[in-house]
Amino acid sequence: MRSRIQSKLQSAELWQAFIIAVPYIWLLIFFLIPFFIVLKISFAEYILASPPFSKLFRLADTGAMYMTLIFDNFVYLWEDDLYLNTYLNSLQISITSTILCLLVGYPIAYGIARATPTAKKILLLMVILPFWTSFLLRVYAWIGLLADQGTINNFLIWIGIIDEPIKMLYTDFAVYVGIVYTYLPFMILPLFASIEKLDMTLHEAAADLGSRPFTTFRTITIPLTMPGIIAGSLLVFIPATGEFVIPDLLGGGNVLMIGKVLYSEFNSNQDWPIASAVAVVLLILLVVPMMIYQKYQAKESSGE
Amino acid sequence: MQNGTDKLFVDQPWLDPEAEPFVKIQSLTKTFGSFTAVSSVDLEIYEGELFSLLGGSGCGKSTLLRMLAGFDPPTSGNIFIDGVDMAGVPPYQRPVNMMFQSYALFPHMTVEQNVAYGLKQDRVPKDKIAERVDQMLSIVELSQFAKRKPHQLSGGQRQRVALARALVKNPKVLLLDEPLGALDKRLREQTQFELMNIQERLGITFIVVTHDQEEAMTLSSRIAVMDQGRFSQIGTPTDIYEYPETRFVANFIGSANMFEGRVKENGADYVIVQGVGSDVSFYIDHSTAVRENTAVWVALRPEKITVSASAPEDSADYNFVEGVVDDIGYLGNFSIYKIRLDNGRIIEITHPNQTRPKHGRHLVEWEDKVYLSWAPHSPVLLTK
Repeated sequence: MRSRIQSKLQSAELWQAFIIAVPYIWLLIFFLIPFFIVLKISFAEYILASPPFSKLFRLADTGAMYMTLIFDNFVYLWEDDLYLNTYLNSLQISITSTILCLLVGYPIAYGIARATPTAKKILLLMVILPFWTSFLLRVYAWIGLLADQGTINNFLIWIGIIDEPIKMLYTDFAVYVGIVYTYLPFMILPLFASIEKLDMTLHEAAADLGSRPFTTFRTITIPLTMPGIIAGSLLVFIPATGEFVIPDLLGGGNVLMIGKVLYSEFNSNQDWPIASAVAVVLLILLVVPMMIYQKYQAKESSGE
Repeated sequence: MQNGTDKLFVDQPWLDPEAEPFVKIQSLTKTFGSFTAVSSVDLEIYEGELFSLLGGSGCGKSTLLRMLAGFDPPTSGNIFIDGVDMAGVPPYQRPVNMMFQSYALFPHMTVEQNVAYGLKQDRVPKDKIAERVDQMLSIVELSQFAKRKPHQLSGGQRQRVALARALVKNPKVLLLDEPLGALDKRLREQTQFELMNIQERLGITFIVVTHDQEEAMTLSSRIAVMDQGRFSQIGTPTDIYEYPETRFVANFIGSANMFEGRVKENGADYVIVQGVGSDVSFYIDHSTAVRENTAVWVALRPEKITVSASAPEDSADYNFVEGVVDDIGYLGNFSIYKIRLDNGRIIEITHPNQTRPKHGRHLVEWEDKVYLSWAPHSPVLLTK
């Protein structure tokens, strides 16, 4: 009897282990191993061959194994202003876009969270609805809207506000519009989740204690919805930094972003080692702030 | 304050015709769509009172409190606090503070920060804030918990933080929404008295919303019993219990045996009521302006009825009835007896268990024939 319960327990534990293992194995095979391959290539040297990089490990005649790490790629990234500027420009665009998404998304999320249950469902559906259309198609649609002969310029000329079309397409502005438009749902949804959990009597309590609406927002609402703010910001910031399609289609050749550099190094230049080094540095740029945040959060929840 | 009347007015300012009410509510109405939550009520509360709004759920008591706090604007009518019209004054500028039923403590702040919050909004200097917070925390006996977050406290401790936070600004009126509702019975009883002591010590006017009649009776200087958005009766706990004015109040506060009857005789200082459908008749030693033969109700509290196993010697025509013990509920400190009359009607009486039952026998036992009687001042004549 006892052993039967034990074996049942064991099989339950096995199931649990299995269910947890599946996604981890998936991530291991399709994420971690490829990442190490990229890391490996970043320490290699560009050669005219297929594949176009030198081997990292080499077996000598004596049977010993040699590993050749070439740091040239990283040094090159540092020495060539193009890469540094592109990284900085990417970060600037992604940070600005994240802030813009937050400013636009917070009121929307707040409104949805405070709507009646029926309205809430419809509004949430409207936030998710754009995903039904292909992302690429939606970015192309923005070209039609923002072009010199596009809908917006034509309309403004027609009502007589302007005589000459405003240049919007192939500017930073177009890239911001594209990124904010595309990533807004990723900001709204986590914000909505944390605002909806907020107990409204806390606002009344704050008001009752003499706090004006804006102070209440600053001292009660924002701190209590911080998890949503951080989650939403990370969900926008991380993909926006490495974004390729939007700067390529809406920014043209005028907006330098690291995703585009990566693309051209890999495809046009066929310089896989440099492209890999660009990718590794990008990853470090994105992972470090996340790790700092996680450490801060762990400290917050365990201490005081 | 030399003579007796002045002394009386100090304790009971509502009896003083010259006293100025501290909180004045005039024909206050609140409607939500077609539903009238509060229906044209008038109320005067005096400084230093511990006033209770008592009623069942949906009677309008919480809406009234929220209008006092400024969260819900009245549909019509006025509220004056210390002579100032509160119309259009937002919650953050009212001289009142509220203790919420859920306590509404800020979860991301420590006990200390919660209590300090109100003072910070008033830009009180930092050292003054610290001093005042310490003082409040010692009043509610939470000084050693100052650095804790609300989720690290017990229910009773949270309740005291909420109280300290609401009192720290020294409000003119403290509004308490079911202040003891979330506590278990034993803690509730203990906290009731603490609350009264703190109120007495600080002299702040308290307005308490509660559905618990026992809580209202213990705490209050006066009680307003609310039903369907109106006040059924306003009075001291004794008034409300001993002299209920309506059947609703008689039934809502404590329990009462309610008899339907007709006025048989209305004398100068007595009324005789003949019960309908029974041979019970009441001789009541207080008179009201009722005409003979009008339909009235008589309320009789269960503890005001004497039960005996033998017929009283001077068996009178009034205030006397025979019956059979139908059921006994032994509650330890007292027992509830349900007595069945000849016409099948059940009368409930309570009797304190002053002596231990002999050989397990109670005062009376099941199916015993018993005689019930009561004094002429015990029944209450009700016309509403």
